[in-house]
Amino acid sequence: MCCLSQDSKIKTTTDADSLRSAIRDRSVRVIDVRREDDYKQGHIPTAVNIPLATLLADDSPETVLKLVSSVGIDDETDVVVYDDTFGALASRIAWTLEYIGHSNVTLLDITYGKWKSLGLENDAKIPDVQRAEHSLKLTPNIMATHTHLDHAMEKNNVMLLDNRERLNFLEQHIPGAISLPYRMLATPDKILRPQQDMKRLLENRGISGDSEIITYCGSVGTLSGLAYYALRSAGMYDVKLYVRSFREWKNLKKPIAKQEDANYWDLSAE
Amino acid sequence: MHPSHTYSSDTPPKIDWSNAEEAENFAHTVKLYRQGRYDADSFRRFRLQHGAYGTRMTSDYAMVRIKLPAGEVYPNQLEKIAQISEQFSIGSAHVSTRENIQLHWVVLEDVSEVFHGLVEVGLTSREACGNSVRNVMCSPLSGVCPAEEFDSTPYALATARFFLRNPMVQNLPRKFKFNFTCCEKHGMARMVDVGLVPKTLDVNGTIQKGFKIFLGGGLGNKSYVGNQLEDFTPQEDLLYTSIAVLRIFDRLGDRKNLARNRMRYLVNDMGWEKFQNLVLKERAIVKATQSVITRLDVDLTPASIKRSVRISNEGQSGTLNGYARWLNTNTVPQKQSGFSTVFITLEAGDITATQLASLAGMIRDFSCEGRARTGFNQNIAIRYVPNDDLPHLYSKLLTVGLAKSGALSMASPIGCSGTTSCNLALTNSHRLAKEIHRKFLEMNLDEDEDLYDSSIKISGCPNSCGQHGIGTIGFFGGGARVGKDMYPNYQMSLGGRSDGDTMLGVTCMRVPAKRVISVILKIIEVFKQNKHSDDTLKSWIHRIVTNHEDSNVKSVADLKKILEPLTTPPTMEDDPDFYSDYGSDGSYHTKTGKGECAA
Repeated sequence: MCCLSQDSKIKTTTDADSLRSAIRDRSVRVIDVRREDDYKQGHIPTAVNIPLATLLADDSPETVLKLVSSVGIDDETDVVVYDDTFGALASRIAWTLEYIGHSNVTLLDITYGKWKSLGLENDAKIPDVQRAEHSLKLTPNIMATHTHLDHAMEKNNVMLLDNRERLNFLEQHIPGAISLPYRMLATPDKILRPQQDMKRLLENRGISGDSEIITYCGSVGTLSGLAYYALRSAGMYDVKLYVRSFREWKNLKKPIAKQEDANYWDLSAE
Repeated sequence: MHPSHTYSSDTPPKIDWSNAEEAENFAHTVKLYRQGRYDADSFRRFRLQHGAYGTRMTSDYAMVRIKLPAGEVYPNQLEKIAQISEQFSIGSAHVSTRENIQLHWVVLEDVSEVFHGLVEVGLTSREACGNSVRNVMCSPLSGVCPAEEFDSTPYALATARFFLRNPMVQNLPRKFKFNFTCCEKHGMARMVDVGLVPKTLDVNGTIQKGFKIFLGGGLGNKSYVGNQLEDFTPQEDLLYTSIAVLRIFDRLGDRKNLARNRMRYLVNDMGWEKFQNLVLKERAIVKATQSVITRLDVDLTPASIKRSVRISNEGQSGTLNGYARWLNTNTVPQKQSGFSTVFITLEAGDITATQLASLAGMIRDFSCEGRARTGFNQNIAIRYVPNDDLPHLYSKLLTVGLAKSGALSMASPIGCSGTTSCNLALTNSHRLAKEIHRKFLEMNLDEDEDLYDSSIKISGCPNSCGQHGIGTIGFFGGGARVGKDMYPNYQMSLGGRSDGDTMLGVTCMRVPAKRVISVILKIIEVFKQNKHSDDTLKSWIHRIVTNHEDSNVKSVADLKKILEPLTTPPTMEDDPDFYSDYGSDGSYHTKTGKGECAA
């Protein structure tokens, strides 16, 4: 039941050139997710600021809805999100928008730092935005909770991906998880590998669109948010983010697996 | 802002060692293996031939050993290795004693991705493991050593090229190693299957280049010192001699007994004279029967030495904190006047991806040959640094935590990977080396000139990857017990050396892991009390182990008597820490898997 035909329909990123055109046409709402101070010093023209910390302070759908409406996003608005943290923070915001029912959201395929180093437009002006109305249509199928995990892991066609760094994974992880560190997802220039590259890498790992795939990371679903989009970009359609991630799992004292009998930490030069 | 990378000014790598098809083939073969369509033994051989070594207690991960023939590595290659290490490994890389760079804890299914990355910069891990010709080493000082007769680097590179992927060496009885060196002092020519020291001969007024070739040495469960084949082997005979030796090993080497199938056992069983004759005869046959003239492709083009233009004169003052200490213990003046070689101190060979990338930039900026070399001691050498740039380079190294002193002193012990990743390891030799390193620097022992030419070398098992046999003080790990409680323990040997007077260390005593540091410090204390005025620790220990010492401490037994009180195990109640190894909280137990012969 693999839906290969969906491959090309999943749009996860927007390139700089397209974004610049859309900004000129005023057909896009750009969200800068960096801290307010950084945003005020300069940002991509017309971008509004939703610092990730603001969203995480209360990411209940009702609050997010208010936040989204306040920056002029309605159900039909095209949204592009960017950060300066290799796409992970932007991913978490984009995913949250998707979760409350906003499907027209993509990630800028480069970081803000890269944007600037390419000499692209930048300004400090805070745009005037008209409040908009956004409806609430939750999409629970992209979210995983710990209870979902409990059931899901008993099934054969579920894959659980841990997107933390390798040594953290070796030390402790959710039993049955596969290590896919977030660093694997990017290239030196782009926040995500080219589609063919990503597909090859996932295929080597036996990660296919036939399975339900759940991603998690250390605490709030940023690194795993990026993985969510990486998987979507490679044509996987049933991807869920375990948004409360390993921190919740540990706090709940759920079972933890580790790589035994090896002192791998001592190989690190950190 | 200026771009951080200036590839245009890079010296491009001279030789492309890679083969893109091998990456695809590896990915495909892993799939077949996982599907059960490729048996485990054949897969292991295939995996090792491609340079992916097994990992401790798991078949899910591999260690990728990137070969750097003659130790040569270019800035863009280091940047790529840094990137691969972050993406697929643990964010650190390990520089081995055989001039390889190793990436540990790589998911087996990602190994092919690592290969794809290596291909982009002309590197390979092919034949870095398995029963083949391993990385061809060359002294990091070859070409710049004041004592060398000529630069053997082009010969090392040509030998590596000739044998890489050559069908002749794909299925040897066991691994096979070449070490080229610069001079007697800096090399390890007698501790390897084939060791080569460059030598010249005046033949009727013409200077003839050639080598002193040593055969059948090597470190391992049982170690041997190599024998010199003949007074002088002219360079034209280098390839024929290599082929002859490999043919004999291939034909007569023991393929059944895994523990005794290195060439040194063959030489030992047969007796040197017989082996020597066989090699000389075989060489004559190789020469006489070649269908086309086979030659080494030796590139003797001199390296271009280009000083990069710098406008600023920042860091010109020599008053930086620690600079004099670093200059003393980390740099070597070259035979080319005005230039130095800088050795980077790494703790047991480990370096972070960020540091690797920074180092690449520094090589571009400071090395007038535009590349670097890995060394024999888990370190990296930047050569052709103009002397007046040294303070500036030091200040750059400081900013990334790479300016630690002691690279060329006893303060930088060798530690194999041990229980951090190796199946055979019994102890965490890797961490122990780091602990000793930190202690020595804390006590400023790297500045002690009496200790300059001594070394500490540690293996986590008897198999010598940490080269304990040639350490002034050598250790190999094992377990010991008090009643039913086990603790990590090391066998200590003294007086090993790998120079012109190469000898293996003499077994002294067992030292519990948690007492190794105090025992080393005690040895230094006893040495200070008994030394002659011009002694170094190395020369003093050499007299003790060869029974030529006349002070109060005359023999290994005398020294043992002094050290023994330090090694008495406390009870578990008094000191539970004694019963756990470095890097572990829990109680110690030995656990090993199947070995695949890593160096």
